[in-house]
Amino acid sequence: MEQFAALLDALVYTSSRNAKLKLLADYLRRTPDPDRGWALAALTGGLDFPAVKSAAIRNLLMERVDPVLYALSRDYVGDTAETASLLWPEPADPPSPPSVAEAVDILSGMTRASVARELPALLDRLDANGRYALLKLATGAMRIGISARLAKTAFAQAFAVPLDDVEEYWHGQAAPYAPLFDWAAHGAEPPSGKDLPLFRPFMLAHPLEETAVDMADFAAEWKWDGIRVQIVRAGDETRVYSRSGDDISGAFPEIAAALAVPAVLDGELLVRGSHQGGEEGGAASFNALQQRLGRKTVSRKMLEDYPAFVRLYDLLIHADEDLRAHAWEQRRLLLEEFAAGLDPARFDLSPVIAAASLDELAAIRERARDEAIEGVMLKRRDSPYVAGRRTGLWYKWKRDPLLVDCVLMYAQRGSGKRSSFYSDYTFGCWDGDPDAGAELLPVGKAYFGFTDEELRWLDSYVRRHTVNRFGPVRETDKSLVLEVAFDSVHESRRHKSGLAMRFPRIARIRTDKPAHEADRIETLRNMVRD
Amino acid sequence: MAAAFSWIRAEPHGIHIVPGNCWIDPARPVDTALVTHGHSDHARGGHHRTVATPATLAIMALRYETRINTVPVEYGETIALPGGVAATFVPAGHVLGSAQIVLEHAGERVVVTGDYKRRADPTCAPFQPVPCDVFVTEATFGLPVFRHPPVEEEIGRLLAARAANPDRCVLVGAYALGKAQRLIAELRLAGHAAPIYLHGALERMCRLYEELGIDLGDLRLVAGMAKGALAGQIVLAPPSALGDRWSRRLPDPITAMASGWMRIRQRARQRNVELPLIVSDHADWDELTDTIREVDPAETWITHGREEALLRWCELDQRKVRALALVGYEDEDD
Repeated sequence: MEQFAALLDALVYTSSRNAKLKLLADYLRRTPDPDRGWALAALTGGLDFPAVKSAAIRNLLMERVDPVLYALSRDYVGDTAETASLLWPEPADPPSPPSVAEAVDILSGMTRASVARELPALLDRLDANGRYALLKLATGAMRIGISARLAKTAFAQAFAVPLDDVEEYWHGQAAPYAPLFDWAAHGAEPPSGKDLPLFRPFMLAHPLEETAVDMADFAAEWKWDGIRVQIVRAGDETRVYSRSGDDISGAFPEIAAALAVPAVLDGELLVRGSHQGGEEGGAASFNALQQRLGRKTVSRKMLEDYPAFVRLYDLLIHADEDLRAHAWEQRRLLLEEFAAGLDPARFDLSPVIAAASLDELAAIRERARDEAIEGVMLKRRDSPYVAGRRTGLWYKWKRDPLLVDCVLMYAQRGSGKRSSFYSDYTFGCWDGDPDAGAELLPVGKAYFGFTDEELRWLDSYVRRHTVNRFGPVRETDKSLVLEVAFDSVHESRRHKSGLAMRFPRIARIRTDKPAHEADRIETLRNMVRD
Repeated sequence: MAAAFSWIRAEPHGIHIVPGNCWIDPARPVDTALVTHGHSDHARGGHHRTVATPATLAIMALRYETRINTVPVEYGETIALPGGVAATFVPAGHVLGSAQIVLEHAGERVVVTGDYKRRADPTCAPFQPVPCDVFVTEATFGLPVFRHPPVEEEIGRLLAARAANPDRCVLVGAYALGKAQRLIAELRLAGHAAPIYLHGALERMCRLYEELGIDLGDLRLVAGMAKGALAGQIVLAPPSALGDRWSRRLPDPITAMASGWMRIRQRARQRNVELPLIVSDHADWDELTDTIREVDPAETWITHGREEALLRWCELDQRKVRALALVGYEDEDD
C-alpha cells in the first residue's frame, strides 16, 4: 500500500503526461502480481466496493469529528477522501500497512453492516497518505488525471507491447488482469476474445477548426445529436456499449434484441421523432433520449414513449472478419449491404452528404441548426478504423454555438483542482424590462469556457462582489455580464425560468456591458427549437 | 456600566486602542501604529509613529524605508501609551522580531498575537503564552485538516530529493521574510553544509538576518552561475519566481514549495509544485486550540484566516468567542 500511496501522490504532483507515463510504467514493472493488477484497476475505475461509498466514509467521520468542522473542512479541501485522510485521528500504534491485494480483499468482504467496524480498523493501519490512497482506491473517485487510456498507454510502455493490442485484450478481462500481465510481461498467449461480446475502442474525430480538407478525399455525414454507441454480437449475446465502454444493454433491450448475427457496429443512439432531420426518418431531441439514459432497466411505457434506434456509421467486424484495417469506403459499402438486412425500426443508415467542396458543405452545415443536428463529420475515404483520435483521418465540424448575455448571480467553489476557486457560475436573464423593475431568473450554470487567468479574475471578482454567503455558494451583487455560449436551449420544468441550456460555457466576460443591458428571458425562449 | 473591554475595538482596518488612539497592524496610515511583525499585511509604511521590536523596525527600514519616528521596544519591555494603556511586547515565534502585544488597561489584559507558531524555529525567539482576559488570535490554519508534520521530516524529504537527482536542482519557493531563513537554518541543523543558492529577491533579507545574529552559512546568488554548476544544489526563490522565466536558467529544477498550504494536494497542484513541503510559520490546528486552552482567556477574538472553524471549536469548548472580520490581512502569505 505504501508503494501505491507514493505512486498516487507522485501522480498528483506531476502534470506532464510523459512523466506520469514513466511513473506508472515504473510502478507496473517493479510491483509484483497481483498488487500491480489491483492498482491498475483502481486507477482505471475498474474496482467497485458497493459497501464503501462516500456516504459511509462521511458517516465514520461524523462519529469522530464535529459535523460542522467536518463540513467546513470538506468544503475547503474539496475532496471527501482527502478530508477524511487528514481528519482521521492518528492511531496510537505505528502503521502496519496492508498490501494492495490484502486491502482489496478486506474491502470486498465489507457489507453495509460491517463497514463501520472494518474500515476504521483498516484506516488505523495507515498514515495520512496511506489513508488517502486507501479511500481513493475504495471509492474509485481518483480524479488525479489518469484516464483509462493513459493507464493502458503506460502498460504498453512498461512491457513494450502495442497499445491497440492492450486496448483490445483489456476488455473482457477482470482485475487483477493476470492473463494480461502474463501476456505482456512474460510472453504468454494473449487473452482470447473470440465468442465474447467485447467492446472495441472507438475511433474519434478532431475538431476541424482551421484545417482545410479536400472533399475529393473526404466523405461527409451528419453529426447526430444522440450518444455514440457500439453494438456487439458474439457467441449468443448482444451488448450495447457507450463511448466510455460501459455496457448499457439493460437500458436499451430493444436494440440488443434487434441484432442476431455476429457483428460489431458503430452508430448514434437516438429516439424516434421529428426534431432532428425533419419528419421523414427523423429523430427526437437529445432531451427525449435523456429520459432513457442512466437506467439499469426500462419500463414498457418508456419503450413505447421513447422508442430507441441506432443510426449506423460503421461496420467494424462482420461474421468473423475484422474489417477495421479496410478503408472507410470499403467498410461503408459492406455496412450498406449489411444494414439492408436489419430491422428498419431499430437500425438505419446515417446518409452520406453530397458536397463537392468545403464551401458547399459549409452551406449545408448552416442548415444544421434548423434541423437541430449537432453538425457534420468528415471522414477520409481511405481511413482505417483506428482507436482514439488520429490526426488527419476524421474531423467533426460542429455548428456555431448560440450566444446570450447573462448576469452572474451566484458562484460556487469548485472541487478538485479548483477547490479554492469560485469556478461554477449560475447566471440569469431578465424576466422583463430591468428599468421597470424586472428581476433576474437563473437560466443556467457553467464551469468552463474560461482561461486560467480569467478564472483567477472571476474568483477575485466574486469575492469582492459578494452580498450573501450560503456555505460554498456566494451570491454576487449581479453587476457582471457574461456572454454565455451554448449548443441549444429547451423547455424545462426543472428551472424557474422554464428553460434549460445544453453545454453552456462562458464565452466572454463583458465588463464593458452594464447589467441592465443583458438579455431577457424572451430572447432565450425564442431560441428554443423543441 | 461600560461594557467590558470597550477600550479596545476591532475596526475593519485594524485593532484600535481607543484611549490612546493607537492602532495595531493598521491597514492604512495612522498617527501611532504598533506593529506585531514585518510581513507586509501587518507592517505598512506611512504611519506618523511606528512602535515595534528592534528587529521588526530593522525589517521595516529595509522594506518600507520606515526610519523616522520609530519607537523600539525590546521583548519583555513595557511602554506606556496615552490614556493609561500599558503595552508589552512578547515573542510570538512567527519570524524574527515577531511579537504578541500585551495590552493592559483598567485591570483588564488583552493579548494580540499577530501571527504565531509554537514549533521551535532557529531564527526567532519562541512563543510565550501570556494568560489574559481577551486573546486576539490569528486562524490562518484554522481547520482541523491542517496538522503540520515535524519540520525535520520535511527537510529530510527535501534532502532526499536532492540526493536522488544529482542532475537536477531543487528549487524551493519560500517567502522572503522568515520562511527562507528558517529553511536555510533548518537545513544547516540537518547537516547540509553545502552552499545554498538564492534568487536575488531573497538576498537583502538574508543579509539582514545575519546582521541581526542569525548564522545562515554559505549563501550564494544564482545570478552569474553557469546552468550546469547548479545541478545537485538547493536553490531558494520567492514563490512568484517558481513558474517565472527566471527559473529557466536552472538545470531541470524539481519545483518545491515550503508552505502550510501544501498539506492540501490540490493547493500544491494549483501551483504546479512537484515536491510540496509542509513547513509553516503559523500555528496549525492543534497549536491554535492548545494555545487557547493554555492561555484560557475569558474571551477569544479571531482576527483572520479560517475563522469559522475555530469559532465553532471555541463554541464546542464552551468558550466565549467572536470573529473580528478584519480586512486586508492576506491569508495566503504562508
